Amino acid sequence: MTDLSCKVLVLGAGPGGYVCAIRAGQAGLDTIIVEKAAPGGTCLNVGCIPSKALIHAAEQFHAVAEAATGHSPLGIATASPKIALSKTMGWKDGIVRQLTGGVGGLLRKAGVRKIDGEARILDGKTIELKTAEGLSRISCEHLVIATGSAPIEVPSLPFGGDILSSTEALSLQQVPETLAIVGGGYIGLEIGTAYAKLGAKVTIVEARAQILPQYDAELSKPVLTRLKALGVEVHLNAQAEGYEGGVLRAKTADGELKIAAKKVLVTVGRRPVVAECGAADLGLDMQGRYIKINGKCQTSMRGVYAIGDVTGEPMLAHRAMAQGEIAAAVIAGEAVDWDKRAIPAVCFTDPEIVVVGQLPEEARTVNAEAAVATYPLRANGRAMTLERTDGFVRIVHEKSDGLVLGIQAVGAGVSEFAGEFALALEMCATLTDIAATIHAHPTLGETVQEAALAGLGRGLHA
Amino acid sequence: MGIRTIRLPDVGEGVTEAEVTEILVKPGDLVREDDPIAAVMTDKATVEITSAYSGKVIWIGGEVGKTLAIGSDLIRIEDESAGGDDDGAPSLAPAEAQPAPASTSSTAAQTESCPLKASPSLKVVETRPSALTSTATPPRAEGVAVLASPAVRARAKEAGIDLRQVAGSGPAGRITHTDLDHLFQNAGQAQPRNPPRPETVETVKVVGLRRMIAKRMSEANATIPHITVVEEVDVTEIEAVRIKLNETRGDKPKLTILPLIAAALVKAKESCPKIFARYDDEAEEVHYSTAVHIGIATMTEAGLMVPVVRNAQALSPYQLAGEIARLSDACREGKAKREELSGSTITITSLGPLGAIATTPIINKPEVAILGVNRMAVRPSWNGSAFVPRTMMNISASFDHRIIDGWDAAVFVQRMKTLLETPALIFMKD
Repeated sequence: MTDLSCKVLVLGAGPGGYVCAIRAGQAGLDTIIVEKAAPGGTCLNVGCIPSKALIHAAEQFHAVAEAATGHSPLGIATASPKIALSKTMGWKDGIVRQLTGGVGGLLRKAGVRKIDGEARILDGKTIELKTAEGLSRISCEHLVIATGSAPIEVPSLPFGGDILSSTEALSLQQVPETLAIVGGGYIGLEIGTAYAKLGAKVTIVEARAQILPQYDAELSKPVLTRLKALGVEVHLNAQAEGYEGGVLRAKTADGELKIAAKKVLVTVGRRPVVAECGAADLGLDMQGRYIKINGKCQTSMRGVYAIGDVTGEPMLAHRAMAQGEIAAAVIAGEAVDWDKRAIPAVCFTDPEIVVVGQLPEEARTVNAEAAVATYPLRANGRAMTLERTDGFVRIVHEKSDGLVLGIQAVGAGVSEFAGEFALALEMCATLTDIAATIHAHPTLGETVQEAALAGLGRGLHA
Repeated sequence: MGIRTIRLPDVGEGVTEAEVTEILVKPGDLVREDDPIAAVMTDKATVEITSAYSGKVIWIGGEVGKTLAIGSDLIRIEDESAGGDDDGAPSLAPAEAQPAPASTSSTAAQTESCPLKASPSLKVVETRPSALTSTATPPRAEGVAVLASPAVRARAKEAGIDLRQVAGSGPAGRITHTDLDHLFQNAGQAQPRNPPRPETVETVKVVGLRRMIAKRMSEANATIPHITVVEEVDVTEIEAVRIKLNETRGDKPKLTILPLIAAALVKAKESCPKIFARYDDEAEEVHYSTAVHIGIATMTEAGLMVPVVRNAQALSPYQLAGEIARLSDACREGKAKREELSGSTITITSLGPLGAIATTPIINKPEVAILGVNRMAVRPSWNGSAFVPRTMMNISASFDHRIIDGWDAAVFVQRMKTLLETPALIFMKD
């Protein structure tokens, strides 16, 4: 392959990288994007999208299985269902193909050159490219590091064989009889819940005192309740130690646990991909394991930018996308800065959790006057018709003027609130703004308006 | 109908790449055969590239400032007469094309076409006059969030307003569009009669000759340990000679001090041959030529160029004067040929009447010495019994200390002083 040069070179075609490349291309900048796997990164290929597909399939199967028990309040009766997981995976792979193909098309439309290969950074303006055709070089004026993240491996539980990372767990061809999950964060819980609904006996081993440790207990409690209802065993304060002969060993205060598991899924977090692409050799300023950036996504080296998971928490596709847009605009000479007030985070457990802005505890550390208004889903008509009244909506706000500091919800289907919650925070809404906005009836969203009314002391259906 | 590709032709011996200094067409333009389409610059000269076809420009492969390899695609043209696409053809060989004047647009501010925002190249980066913040509340503490919707934040950013200084009238102190409207109105009333002009920052891309100069100067300064010797020279005699010669020159070129200094340099080589050399520091070899090729630092609109008077040892002062004048005109008109811009064994740099009392010239790599000529001035001089007015001039000579020792440098400077103070010696045959 011949050596190439361009103005903007993006490493990694995940959500951050491809958005950055599209925007740069649209701005008329000569742009190349290099990706070693399929476009779309972790999110489209082995993360958000396939996991949501699996979660949906599991939910459908579970609904039929529930009806088969003969206790359906809806009057549905059916024989015991079966699942051909390989077919499910085929359907999921079709969605992934369609989306990754779409990304490829968008890049082409924006005039971006997409190159399949592995990049190694030589210096701030040059990479060495490894492709099927051999080695070559690409030189650029602006380098955008968007290499993403990879699952963290636990030394005592190395990936391979029956020890899976989230990537393999989303491509199983059969539902394992028993599945142990090391790590009770959102990835482990999402996949674990799905397999529990598909009929696996799931056990969760979490080293800390609660599942979803980044949220407060109030938010994670409905999830814990549901996990138990689904027959998922949860061991807290338990440290996984090793896996031999189909048994996962874990240490607890009460002694050693032995968990029978055909497969073990290790989801103890993700780490930025910095060393593999040579970024570590650039001598960039770091922030812990992550590449340090300013509000313009610039690193400490002139002309080198970093976006997405390599730049730290929260490791979320939509944060990467927003950063990708900023980096491209900065390169195109625009005066832009990161000034977002809110990055929503959604956890697709059952029930779902959506978190935007400050949690009550965070708000109170800054301002003792922060108040919380809550409204339960069990008082909502639409929730009843969906047979899911577990959960609530919660608005964290300034007591004095009602300024919204954060909104959270837990409940089936509340992930779709993420947009409204983020908009409220970004617009600096107050309780009055939300309360005065007509929310359609009958929808789950009425609970958001009711929570705001409650915060104003004017609750209507409460 | 077919697509024709014009590739960057071989613009001279041994050159593998050239920098684009001008693109004279844009996509959509109609060009005729032989129309100039671009100018590229090698490290020696600017060359105009002409079109080999007639048709519509549909693609441009280079941009000003970009360095392209010889043979790479430069422009694609939709050729109405062609039957099908070709596989690219070089444009007319530049051997027939005259070197084009160095681009003047290359020093103009470059703007990127940028649909994200059609931004002019002159960006106002001022913060507004303080009148704008006259209604402001005390600035919010660091870390306290500004309350404004994204649209209000964007509008403030556009106007250069620091929202931390603005009082919000909305609920919870939210800053609204109305607050900004008031701010602009008040600013209009409160503005002083002659508001300070907003500071503008022009961004100029360093390309073409300027980039070449920057690169060479950095290289010379970074790699050569310079030693500069400054000496005072009494040029009363040589000035008298020069005036006398000019009075009787007939139709010969007018003599300035420069050709006489060049003649003195030629003479100095007899006793100081080490100073006239080219040092290949990579090969660690010094090349001494029997000929004297004198570079003359010349200011042009595009920047500094150094044309070379070749075989100065064979030229009379008048011929030297004629050659210097011819070369500097060629440089200023952008017509200097590559071979006229390289190969010097020593360089003279002079700021003429602008020159100060001393300079520290940077050596024209790979030479090992450069002679700086400073301004002449009539100064009182002590002749042993009285002060007399003498025309004095300082010379500043820099040497590559890797090759030239201080002793040799001093000997050369003294020799030049002797020759210039006693001009008859310049023309003596040993």
